[in-house]
Amino acid sequence: MSQNASREAYWTANLKLMAGCLAVWFIVSFGLGILLVEPLNSFQLFGYPLGFWFAQQGAIYTFMVLIFFYAWRMNKLDREHDVHED
Amino acid sequence: MSLQLMTYLVVGFTFVVYIGIAVWSRASTTGDFYVAGKGVHPIANGMATAADWMSAASFISMAGLIAFLGYDGSVYLMGWTGGYVLLALLLAPYLRKYGKFTVPAFIGDRYYSKSARIVAVICLIFISFTYVAGQMRGVGIVFSRFLEVDILTGLLIGMGIVFIYAVLGGMKGITYTQVAQYCVLIFAYTVPAVFISFQLTGNPLPQLGLGSQVSGESVYMLERLNQVIQDLGFGAYTDGSKSMIDVFCITLALMVGTAGLPHVIVRFFTVPKVSDARRSAGWALLFIAILYTTAPAVGAMARLNLVETIWPGGSPETAALAYDERPDWFRTWEQTGLLGFEDKNGDGRIQYYNDANPDYAPIAEARGWEGNELSVDRDIIVLANPEIANLPDWVIALIAAGGIAAALSTAAGLLLVISSAVSHDLVKSIFVPNMSDKGELMTGRIAAAVAICVAGYLGYNPPGFVAQVVAFAFGLAAASLFPAIIMGIFSTRINREGAIAGMLSGLLFTFGYILYFKGVFFEPLAENVPENWLFGISPEGIGVVGMLLNFGVAFVVSRLTAAPPAHIREMIEDIRVPRGAGGAHSH
Repeated sequence: MSQNASREAYWTANLKLMAGCLAVWFIVSFGLGILLVEPLNSFQLFGYPLGFWFAQQGAIYTFMVLIFFYAWRMNKLDREHDVHED
Repeated sequence: MSLQLMTYLVVGFTFVVYIGIAVWSRASTTGDFYVAGKGVHPIANGMATAADWMSAASFISMAGLIAFLGYDGSVYLMGWTGGYVLLALLLAPYLRKYGKFTVPAFIGDRYYSKSARIVAVICLIFISFTYVAGQMRGVGIVFSRFLEVDILTGLLIGMGIVFIYAVLGGMKGITYTQVAQYCVLIFAYTVPAVFISFQLTGNPLPQLGLGSQVSGESVYMLERLNQVIQDLGFGAYTDGSKSMIDVFCITLALMVGTAGLPHVIVRFFTVPKVSDARRSAGWALLFIAILYTTAPAVGAMARLNLVETIWPGGSPETAALAYDERPDWFRTWEQTGLLGFEDKNGDGRIQYYNDANPDYAPIAEARGWEGNELSVDRDIIVLANPEIANLPDWVIALIAAGGIAAALSTAAGLLLVISSAVSHDLVKSIFVPNMSDKGELMTGRIAAAVAICVAGYLGYNPPGFVAQVVAFAFGLAAASLFPAIIMGIFSTRINREGAIAGMLSGLLFTFGYILYFKGVFFEPLAENVPENWLFGISPEGIGVVGMLLNFGVAFVVSRLTAAPPAHIREMIEDIRVPRGAGGAHSH
C-alpha cells in the first residue's frame, strides 16, 4: 500500500472511532442527562433518580472512560498504520 | 493555637512551597517560558491542567450554585467536564503535532493570514482578561475573609506571589506550581466533604453518600431533601425549572467554550508527544472529576443541613429557629454579610421559605409569615461548611489555602497566555520579526508583569460587569476560536476568507446578543426573560448559535472564494498523523 493510501485509511479509521466516541458522549450527557431525564427519573439507582444521576455523576464518569479508551485505541491505530512516534 | 495563627501557618507554608518551586524551575529559553520546553509528564500536565481549569469560582461558588439550583446545576457539572472529551478527540493531539507555541500562531499559519492571527489575539485577550479579573477579585476576597487583611493588601500579596513564579518561571514555573496547587486544593475540598457525608449518611464517599439513606433512617438523602424544600414552597431538588432547550444550549456552550479556552488548550502544547496529549486530557479530567463529582454532594448535603438548622423540627408545621438561639457559625458569617436576617413579621424567629412562589403565599399568610427572612450567599456553602458541620480548626485553615491555590493557579495560567499572545503573536510576529530569543523572553516577562498589574487593577476596581461577563468568555470562545481551530484541522477546503468571516460573525453575533440583554456598558435593550430570547435560549447558551453561525458563514464564504494553496493542504495532512512531532520550535 502506498503511503498516501495508508494515511487515508488511518484518517478514515480515526474518524470512525471519533464518531463512535462522540455518539456516546452525546448520549450520556444530552440524551440521558437532559432530553430523557424525566422518563429516566422514574427509575432509581440506589437513592438517585436515574436521569439526575446521569446529569450529576454518570456523564462525568463516562467522559473519563471515553478519553482513556480513545487514547488507547488511537495508540494501537497509530502502530497498525505505521504513523506512531519513535 | 488560635484559628487565625493556624490559617497563617497553613497558607504561609503553601506560599513557601510555590516560591521554592518557582526558583527551582525558572525558564531559560522562550520554549521554557511558553510551553515548559515540551517536557512535562502527561500525569503532571493533567494535574496542572486541573488546577489551571478549576478557578476560585469552581472551588468556592460551584457547590453553592448547585445547592440552590438542584438539577439545573447539572449544566455546570456536564458543561465544564464534557469539554475535555472534545479537547482530547478533536483538538489537543493535532495542535500538539503542529508544535508551535500559541493558539493564534496556529490560526495565522493555517489560514495563511496575519489578519486571522490578529483576530485570534483579540478574542484571546478579551476572553482571558475577563476571566483573570474575576480570579484576582477571588484572591482578594479569600485573603480578606480568612486572614483579616483588607482586600487591597490581600490582592497585593497575591499579585506578588504570581509575579514571582509567572515572570521568573514562565510556563515551566507555572506548571510545577500548579501541580502543588492542585494537591492543596483537592485535599482542602474533599476533607470536609468526606466528614459531612459520613455524618449525614454514614458513607464516607460523598459520591455514594448522595445516593444513600440518611443515617439511622430508612429514607434516602435526596428524598428527604426534596420533601423538606417542597414543604417550604421550593421546587423539588432533583427537578429543574429551566426549559429543556436552554439547559441543552447552556451545557453545549460551556462544553465547546471549555474546549476553546486558550489557557486550557495551551497546556496540551507542553507534553512531549502527540499520544501524551491524548492521554493527558484523560488525566486532567480524572483530577477535575474528583472535585466535580464531590461538588453536587456538598451542595445537596449543605442545603439539607442549612434547612434543618433553620427548621429544627424538620417541617414548617413546627416553629422556626429563634434568632437568639442561632449557632456560632451563623453569628460568624452574619458579620461578613454572607448570611442575613430580617425579622419581617417581628416574631424573633427565622422563617426561611420561597416567597416568590404564588401557590405557597396563602399557606405562608395563614402561618403569619410576611416574607422570607433569611438571605444566604451561595459562597457560604463551601466557606462555612466546616463550621456548620463542627469540623476542627485545621480543616477551616485548609479551606483558605485551597481557595487561594485555586485562584492563583488559574490567574497564573491566564496571565501566561496573555503575555505569550503579546510577545509572540504581536511583538515578534508583527512588529519586530528579527528579535532574538533572549529579547523575546524579556518581552514575554515584561508583558506578564504588565498583565499582572492590569489584572490587579481590575480585581481591585472590578468594572460592574465582571460577574456578568464570565458568560462572555465561554460564549465567545465557543463562537470564535473553537470553530476556527476545528475547521482548520478537519477541513482542507476552508480558506482564509471563510475563517476570518466566520470568526467575526460568530464573535459579533454572540457579543451583540449578550449586550442586548445584559447591557454591560449601557442599559439593556430588552428585559432578560425567556419570552424575549431567540428560540428560548438565554445569553449564557447563545454561544451555541454563534458557533453554528461561524461554521455556516465560513463554509459558504470558502465555497465562493479560492481554495487554500497547496502547502496549506500539506500542512493539514501533516498535523493529522502523529509521526514527526519534535521538540519545541518557534518558526
